Amino acid sequence: MQQQNDALVRELDVVARRAAHAGAPCRACGGSGAVLADRPDGTVVRHGDAVAKAHAPDTEAAAHRARLAAAAHPRLAGIVLPPLPATVQEAAGRPVSAWPYGSPVDPGDPEAAPWEEAAVLLARLHRVPPGELPGPLPAMRGPAKAARAVARMAAAGPHPAAGPVRAAWRGLPAWARDEAPMLGGGTVCHGDLHLGQLVRHPAVGGAWLLIDVDDLGLGVPAWDLARPAAWYAAGLLAPDVWGRFLGAYREAGGPAVPADGDPWPGLDVPARALTVQTAALAIVKSAAEQRDLDDVELSVVDACARIATLPAELDALGPS
Amino acid sequence: MQCPKCHAPMHTYNRNGVQIEQCSGCRGIFLDYGELEALTRLEAQWVQQAPPAPPAPQAYPAAPAPHAPAWGAPHHGHHGHHRGFGRMLFSS
Repeated sequence: MQQQNDALVRELDVVARRAAHAGAPCRACGGSGAVLADRPDGTVVRHGDAVAKAHAPDTEAAAHRARLAAAAHPRLAGIVLPPLPATVQEAAGRPVSAWPYGSPVDPGDPEAAPWEEAAVLLARLHRVPPGELPGPLPAMRGPAKAARAVARMAAAGPHPAAGPVRAAWRGLPAWARDEAPMLGGGTVCHGDLHLGQLVRHPAVGGAWLLIDVDDLGLGVPAWDLARPAAWYAAGLLAPDVWGRFLGAYREAGGPAVPADGDPWPGLDVPARALTVQTAALAIVKSAAEQRDLDDVELSVVDACARIATLPAELDALGPS
Repeated sequence: MQCPKCHAPMHTYNRNGVQIEQCSGCRGIFLDYGELEALTRLEAQWVQQAPPAPPAPQAYPAAPAPHAPAWGAPHHGHHGHHRGFGRMLFSS
C-alpha cells in the first residue's frame, strides 16, 4: 500500500515538474516534489510553480472532464483557478490533473482569512449562467458528500454521539440526503467550500481564487454558504465574521439568499446537512484516532441534537 | 414604581388596552404577565391591516440580534478552542 502510494507520488511529481517547466528541463527547483495533501480522495504534489493532483479512485470520468473544462473556461477566469495541461491523465487508476501553485489561507489565523473574498467569489460563481459553460455540467456533489459522511459514520460502528447525528439526518428532506434531485438546483456551485478551497495566484500578491472542482456542478447555491452558516449556528464562528461573509455575498449580488432580511429560510436545510456531515466525520475521525470528541466537535454534535428536536413541519418547506 | 435597572420612576402608558410601564430615565419597558403576548397580537394586526405604527418608545438599548436558525447555539464565537476550530475550517 505504502509502495503503491510512493509510486503515485513519484508519478505526480513528474506531472507537476513538466507542468511547471512546460517540458523544459528543471534547473532551479531541484529535488523532488513536496506532498501537499495525501488522502484517498485527493493526493497533491507540488513542484515549483505547479501541482499535480490524483483525484478519488471512484471519480466519474465524464463528470470529471466537464468540471475540468468548466474550470478552464474563460467565463470562470478570476473565479476558479484554471488547470494546466497535464502530460498524464491517469495514475494508479486515479484521474490526474495539473494546476498552477497558489498560496493557501494561513491556518494559524482563521479570523484573518479572506472571508469577504470567498463570499464574492461564490456570488460571482453563482451568477454565471450555466449555458455559458461547456456542458453538460453534472450535479453539485454537496448532498452526496453529506450522505457519504453519514454512511462512513455507520460503517465505523456504534458511537455514543452517533444518535443525535442520525436523528438530525433523518429530519432532512430527501434532496439534502441525496435521495431525490435538488429542486431549483440550476445554479453553478462549488460544492465543497471551506477555507482550504482558496488560494492566491500568483502565490505572492495574487488574487484569491477557488480551487478543487471535484464537487462543482449545478445545484442549490445556498449549499456553498452552508459550512460557514453551520459553524455560526454551532456557536463556533463569531457573529461578526459570519456577518462579514454574508454581507459581502449579498453586496456582490449572490442569489442564494435574499438581498436583505432573514437569510435562514434558504440556508436552513443546507446548514443542517453540513452540521450533520461535519459531526459524522468528526465521529469517524475520533474513532479512528481512538480519542474522545474535542469541544469543537462536541459543539457540532450538540447542534445536531438541537436540530433533532425541530418539529417535522419545517421539512415540508423544502429549499427556497 | 421604580425602574429595576436604573431606579428612576416608571410611568404607565396605555397602548390599545395594554398597560405598559416605561422608565423616565433609561426608557426601559416593564411588561406584566401576558402583556407581551397582547402586544404581539396587536403587532400582527398592524402588519395585516396597514397604517404605519407610530414609533414605539425605545426599550433597553440592545444591538440587533443577527438572524439565526431555530437550532442555533445560544453563544457565539467561543474563544479558547481555536485550534480545533481552525482544523475544521480547512477540512472537507
